[in-house]
Amino acid sequence: MLEVTGLHVAYGGIQAVRSITFHVKQGETVALIGANGAGKTSTLKAISRVIDAVGGDVHFCGEKITRLLPHDIIRKGIALVPEGRGVFPRLTVAENLAMGAYVRDDKADIALDMERMYAYFPRLKERAGQLAGTLSGGEQQMLAIGRALMSRPKMLLLDEPSMGLAPIMVQKIFEVVRAVAAEGMTILLIEQNAKLALESSQRGYVMESGQITLNGESAKLLDDPKVRAAYLGE
Amino acid sequence: MKKWLNPRSAFGISLIAIALIALPFVAAMGGQAWVRIVNFAILYVFLALGLNIVVGFAGLLDLGYIAFYAVGAYAYALLASPHFGLHLPFWVILPIGALLACVFGVLLGSPTLKLRGDYLAIVTLGFGEIVRIFMNNLNAPVNITNGPQGITLIDPVAFGDFKFSGTTQIFGFALSGPQKYYYLLVVLSILVIIINLRLQNSRIGRAWQAIREDEIAAKAVGINTRNVKLLAFAMGASFGGVAGGVFAAMQGFVSPESFSLIESVMILAMVVLGGMGHIPGVILGAVLLSVLPEVLRYGVGPLQMAVFGKMLVDPESLRMLVFGLALVLVMRFKPAGLWPSPERKRELTGEA
Repeated sequence: MLEVTGLHVAYGGIQAVRSITFHVKQGETVALIGANGAGKTSTLKAISRVIDAVGGDVHFCGEKITRLLPHDIIRKGIALVPEGRGVFPRLTVAENLAMGAYVRDDKADIALDMERMYAYFPRLKERAGQLAGTLSGGEQQMLAIGRALMSRPKMLLLDEPSMGLAPIMVQKIFEVVRAVAAEGMTILLIEQNAKLALESSQRGYVMESGQITLNGESAKLLDDPKVRAAYLGE
Repeated sequence: MKKWLNPRSAFGISLIAIALIALPFVAAMGGQAWVRIVNFAILYVFLALGLNIVVGFAGLLDLGYIAFYAVGAYAYALLASPHFGLHLPFWVILPIGALLACVFGVLLGSPTLKLRGDYLAIVTLGFGEIVRIFMNNLNAPVNITNGPQGITLIDPVAFGDFKFSGTTQIFGFALSGPQKYYYLLVVLSILVIIINLRLQNSRIGRAWQAIREDEIAAKAVGINTRNVKLLAFAMGASFGGVAGGVFAAMQGFVSPESFSLIESVMILAMVVLGGMGHIPGVILGAVLLSVLPEVLRYGVGPLQMAVFGKMLVDPESLRMLVFGLALVLVMRFKPAGLWPSPERKRELTGEA
């Protein structure tokens, strides 16, 4: 579904991503793990076109999306949940969700999807009228995921959903991610929390200083001595 | 629309309508000068609502807003005065002025798309000054703006033979020039208020809100941030252009000194002090900040005579002192503005 070939990202002279190639198949959850500064977020930003890639190509459903404008990416069916959540703090929870459906104009369906989100995240329903900025970090992450789903995407890009959250909240968020995946959503998951990410995905790629150093089935990566040593603290 | 039909709001609207109709006659009791003050208050409401689109809705700090007002005013002055010998009717010029200001808005908007906050403020400030300096110096080698002397003998607004300058008798009432302009301004500002309200609740309004909150997230939900920002600049600018046209017609005279930086700052202060992004608040801010200095101008002198029996401080300097103090006090005790939108109030007071 998503094919990234030879993607290269640089900030000035600094090479953040050095020609990486990977793919995500339909219905699959793929984890991209690695330490801080490995180039994970840059990869995601280049796919979602928030930044320009220096080289390489991104294809989605067979279509080249490397040169699209960022606001068109979502119209192709890719929804990004930005790093640090990026909810609209001065809008209410309900308004945030509605904003997620900005590219759609089928009012009745949007209302149905709102209800679906509230069923996924009962917490958000309780706080529908509250300003998003006053939610806890975990609730904001739920809201960001809900907002992304409101566009009815074919694929979800998750950038560090566990960042800055209490361990119990991290568990909750990953339950949600798994539930969304179980419904057939294709997910590219970027995480520092390697254990959780690999436990929630079918395949994984390990990134180090801008390059993919390992890849394979998540279960195997979890057992890989190198991964265990570097990312699982053993 | 249902809200408008219930008896209570219908009653409220009729009260406001009666007050608006009666106001110029009440003001005229204090002399025509007061009618002019009221007119300027409405003109500032107009300008503040235009700037509110850029600053309040889209969150783009614009310190050069007066430039668009200047463009509109000069467009009117050049097309309806003996300066070029052109005398186009006002309903031709006002759209031209609006369009021209709109073009200038895009002109300012496009190079500043990637700037935010302080940086955007500096560029817009420079833009405002550039326009003013051009007006000041475009009298040589070809005399376009007549330089610092400005342009005089600008045609008043007129519908056929009905001129807005001078006194006319209508239904036994004597209507003075400023009073007629008052009604024109009221009609125009009601239009602007309606446009503002519609914009706020539209898809574009929501896109502006999203950009103000978080630009990357706005892009992520599919908003074309470039076009939507340019639209904010263009719309705000065209309101400024129309206001400028009316100003030129009303005054019969324009010169660059009417378009100084302090005017931009005043309009921004009206928006912020009233309640950024909240239409009733912005209207209140504009009325207060334009009327207060005039009230002080006429009130401070007599007050001193009454209290101290002599003039201690020159009223002109005391006026700005009191004005400044009022601004500081409002911002200290009402940081979200005098009449903020519920959301902004919640945000600043931290109440959930």
